[in-house]
Amino acid sequence: MTAVVTEAPKASSMDRMRTFAARRASVLPTLAAIAILIVLLAGAQVEFGNFLTPGNLSALLLDHAYLLVLAVGMTFVIVTGGIDLSVGSVMAFTGILGASMLASGIPVWIVVPVMLAGGAAIGTLIGVLVQYFNVQPFIASLAGLFLGRGLAYVVSLSSIRVENPPILWLQQTRFVMGSWYITPTGIIALIVVAIGAVVMALTRFGRTVYAIGGSEQSARLMGLSVARTKVLVYVISGLCGGLAGLLLTAYSGAGYPRYGIGTELDVIACVVIGGTLLTGGRGYVLGSMVGVFVFATITTIISFMGAEQAWTHIIVGALLLLFIVVQRAIVARSDRQT
Amino acid sequence: MTLLKHRLFWPVAALVTLVVVNVIANPNFAKVTMRDGDLYGNPVTILRESAPLMLVALGMTLVIATRGIDLSVGAVMAVSGAVSLTIIADSPDPGSLGTVTVAIVVAVLVALVLGAWNGFLVSVLGIQPIIATLVLMLAGRGVALLITGGAITTVTSAPYKFLSNGYLILLPVAFFIWVAVVAIVALVERRTALGMLTESVGINPEASRLAGVRSRGIILSAYMVSGLLAGVAGIINASNTMAADSNNAGYLIELYAILAVVLGGTSLMGGKFSIAGTVIGVLTVTTLDKTIQFFGVPPAQSPVFFAVVVVIVVLVQSPRVHAWGRAASARMRRTPSGGEPPTGPGAASAAKKREEVAA
Repeated sequence: MTAVVTEAPKASSMDRMRTFAARRASVLPTLAAIAILIVLLAGAQVEFGNFLTPGNLSALLLDHAYLLVLAVGMTFVIVTGGIDLSVGSVMAFTGILGASMLASGIPVWIVVPVMLAGGAAIGTLIGVLVQYFNVQPFIASLAGLFLGRGLAYVVSLSSIRVENPPILWLQQTRFVMGSWYITPTGIIALIVVAIGAVVMALTRFGRTVYAIGGSEQSARLMGLSVARTKVLVYVISGLCGGLAGLLLTAYSGAGYPRYGIGTELDVIACVVIGGTLLTGGRGYVLGSMVGVFVFATITTIISFMGAEQAWTHIIVGALLLLFIVVQRAIVARSDRQT
Repeated sequence: MTLLKHRLFWPVAALVTLVVVNVIANPNFAKVTMRDGDLYGNPVTILRESAPLMLVALGMTLVIATRGIDLSVGAVMAVSGAVSLTIIADSPDPGSLGTVTVAIVVAVLVALVLGAWNGFLVSVLGIQPIIATLVLMLAGRGVALLITGGAITTVTSAPYKFLSNGYLILLPVAFFIWVAVVAIVALVERRTALGMLTESVGINPEASRLAGVRSRGIILSAYMVSGLLAGVAGIINASNTMAADSNNAGYLIELYAILAVVLGGTSLMGGKFSIAGTVIGVLTVTTLDKTIQFFGVPPAQSPVFFAVVVVIVVLVQSPRVHAWGRAASARMRRTPSGGEPPTGPGAASAAKKREEVAA
């Protein structure tokens, strides 16, 4: 008893930090991502002097609105322990589909739901293959990747301009607050993030997603609806792909079958940098948003420097590696402690 | 019946069916003509154009056998093409055999180092293969773009061009390259214990370690071979176009290679692998690609067909479909004894898969 009392004062801030780290290990990677984002932004401001301007930061969000939407969907999939390689080509497919339908005079209130449904349909295919036919997510979403990219070229081999006022309104309208501005595309992306974060954190469905990622077997034994949830996460990811197609079409004012080549990798990298564990069970939608901002900041810094854009992927690759190694260390430690 | 049970039966049947459909649709498909002592025609083109995918798929087979996957092969191809063509373009004498030899050796060594890097991440640091190779998949093309300075490097060099467009006795050089590589890999894997050890690591890494198999070295070497072969594939690919296009060289080849390996009957769960199966798988993929073009479909739209192929292949391998098949055949035979556990190799592997999924 006395021993405990005498040792109590020794529970210094160091120990408290260690306790925090052990109990809240899943937040650490996201905190690290925030730290990196702050360092990047501060470093860029020091280097260029005109980086942290409202206009620049607004552009940072608006240029990557589609990536943000894709990252939200991908977070759901990765937290269940899956992966979705199809998002880039689904985005290209729904984008060109929408552009071509608009070009042939179909009203926008039909086109937009069709775009979303197209993305969700490919997501459903992947989910059913994964859940009911025991196909590895990697292979099932590979079929989705091929399908989306091929269908995009079936719709059109070249780009189609969009001149539909409601679609262009999404990008051209600017709500200005001082020097800050935001377009409807940016608002949509932020709403998607908010919905994603709430669903993940507060709903039964969201908690089931985490449970499946932690241990699918246990989730099933607990009586959670594993099958439905696992299909749904791919449907959500496909839906996000469709929405991203809409945002990208509005952003670029055209549909193009070559859009989004390699985007699936960028999205996965953003989600991992944002602190989601690729083995599943841990991760936050808001973390993925931080990951997208890290990616966006790196891209912007490189264009500020006037350097080759090729550096973006080298740096993102290096960051990805760093996070994977850090996550590996964290998981190894928390496994030892339990 | 024993022929039906052979594990290469279905891959070969798929390839033969594909060829027969083509020949029926257009008898010219299988036509081979002799010109200046060399053979030309669709079958020869397929053998020649299979080379890059064949090399990549061969390396992928070994990696998959260790329960891994190598997503970086396309990026490694881009790097190796960029390295070799940049060396040739910067040299005073692009046409000399010496320059080309140096370029090829350096490019292959770089590819080997990249493969070793993947292997290090997977075997020493213990990172999941998909993620470990994703790093290089992302960064590799960036590196290739930096090497070529963001442009598409083009060169004229006769010896380099010979690798992909030249002919040796009757047939293209590229064909002989892949045949030689397949022979070497098959000899090393099947005439030594290496193949068996690779399978044991893939089937159960922990048990292999306890049995005294040095899994670390075997996994590392599998990724190194994959990198090396991707490097050679990159050189052949660059020699085909005589241009280092860092964005498009080997684009999606990792996915086609995985498809070819799976078509050849090697399970993505690791373990047993079949080199002959992979060869057939690659020829099937290349033939299908040619078929699609032959039917007048734009090449860009061909992924739709490959999506269908992937879905069919995974469905055929899926335990649930196996169960349906057994139920259907049981109903056909009208056997009164229901509830009898299914037997046979197919059922056993399906049951094993289910266990693995459950675990």
